[in-house]
Amino acid sequence: MRQLHVLSPGLQTTVQDHGRSGWRHLGIAHAGALDSDAARLANRLVGNDASAAVFELTLRGPTLRFDAPARIAIVGASASARFEGERVGGGRPVDLPAGTLEIGSLRGGARAWLAIDGGIDVATVLGSRSTDLRGGFGGWQGRALRAGDVLPLGVGLRLDTDTPHAPAWWIDPAHDSHEPIRYRPSAHPAATALARRGWNVSASSNRQGLRLQGLALASPGGDGVSEPVAPGTIQLPADGCPIVLLADAQTVGGYTKLGHVIAADLPRLAQCVPGQPLHFAPVDGATAYRLACAARTRIARIGVMIDARLAAV
Amino acid sequence: MSPRPACDIEALADDAWLLRFGDRIDPELNAAAHAMAARLRASNPSWLRDLVPAFASLGVFFDAAEDPARVHEALRALIDDVQASAELRLPLHAGEGANSSAANVVEIPVLYGGEHGPDLESSAIELGLAPDELVRRHTAGDYTVAMIGFAPGFPYLSGLDPALALPRLATPRARVDAGSVAIGGAQTGIYPRESPGGWRLLGRTPWVLFDATRERPSRLQPGDRVRFVAIDAAEFERIAAQQDAAS
Repeated sequence: MRQLHVLSPGLQTTVQDHGRSGWRHLGIAHAGALDSDAARLANRLVGNDASAAVFELTLRGPTLRFDAPARIAIVGASASARFEGERVGGGRPVDLPAGTLEIGSLRGGARAWLAIDGGIDVATVLGSRSTDLRGGFGGWQGRALRAGDVLPLGVGLRLDTDTPHAPAWWIDPAHDSHEPIRYRPSAHPAATALARRGWNVSASSNRQGLRLQGLALASPGGDGVSEPVAPGTIQLPADGCPIVLLADAQTVGGYTKLGHVIAADLPRLAQCVPGQPLHFAPVDGATAYRLACAARTRIARIGVMIDARLAAV
Repeated sequence: MSPRPACDIEALADDAWLLRFGDRIDPELNAAAHAMAARLRASNPSWLRDLVPAFASLGVFFDAAEDPARVHEALRALIDDVQASAELRLPLHAGEGANSSAANVVEIPVLYGGEHGPDLESSAIELGLAPDELVRRHTAGDYTVAMIGFAPGFPYLSGLDPALALPRLATPRARVDAGSVAIGGAQTGIYPRESPGGWRLLGRTPWVLFDATRERPSRLQPGDRVRFVAIDAAEFERIAAQQDAAS
């Protein structure tokens, strides 16, 4: 069995897949890659099933030692990755012999997804290999990677290579980061005010929620009656600074809701770095659905292109 | 019979609608949420992914590839159907039909006071009751799992004797033991896992309420009816040992 040795864990590297579905009524978060499209494409590049577990990297990636050859792909923010000193490009399948991969800092975004052929072979818990950081289960021991961890890899391509190799092509599914984040406003009076102010991403943001800083909105304060929330829900706590819930969000909450970020724009939130300016624009439900369909088509097209390229190798 | 609460549909996410029955904590609104969840579960539309009942609302999560407008139509039709048939006396109590185990009353063993219930004495004093009387009233309650949230498997139980309502601690504890049975405001609940928490700790159950590796990860389901049964330290140890052996 191939194994992966964690020499340095990076800032927050977790095992993720498509997430947990069907357990929210028991208070169990969805978890999963913050940009499941990027994770899916990374899997496609290395010949994995779309649901294989990958690593989600945050701001600074890990250093990993492979004890056997592997095909890897990094999709998301660009990484300054090196294998035994040699540069490794993102967005493409890279065949590596046994050795050390140092991912380093991410640029132009906060997160990237690293897929390895065969997938990260951790146990499935409640239908998913994703790490539930708040619940402390799933993924690798329910937590982010630490130095010294040794993770099992699934049976993959059984490569036999003694030098790194990558094709000349790559994919770049990056989103336009200058467009405002689109959301469906709730009926709350402060809901449209969100779009009239500029915001900054707070350093205290995490996989549970993206915290915004700026001129505070008028908040009714305190907790209301708790009701279901979801990834994308925009909450307004007592301090008037909104929180956009992400994949690790709790399942119910009592804060005022300003609406929700549309599905097509959720992957963009994964890339927000602390201090980054952020604007919001309201859209209606029909627009949200149209954009979600367009995003699915776009990702499907990139997937087909990957298959064609791989077949041509 | 009182008329059924009205039900509005709001957008919760691109792949979820929120059915709202009201905006206050009220057993009747909660029962309506559980009853609607039961109806939806029974009709089992192909797009349904998850149902999240809360105090006065129900989250309906659906397949993200589905047209939300189509799901909205289906939900509207179901709501109209339920409201039109109000006189047929569909299950209204939260427990009835909410899920297969809900007909049962779950009896949860609790060791009250001492190190396992560090707030029992101070809470009793604040309420002007003897500690034994607080335990007696807490165990006399007939509770309903109004919703599960905050943490995996954390049950919010409605049905607390209003005379036992207690404000949360001004400074939450950094560490509350798993199994702690507590009062927070007008509700009572159980911490399924060691965590920080601001509720008043009356006692502790030896039961493992949540274990992600079990086929049924949560001992309690939304809509379940719950009673607390006081046990002594010996019984606590005996049940705790059984739980260890089972896990």
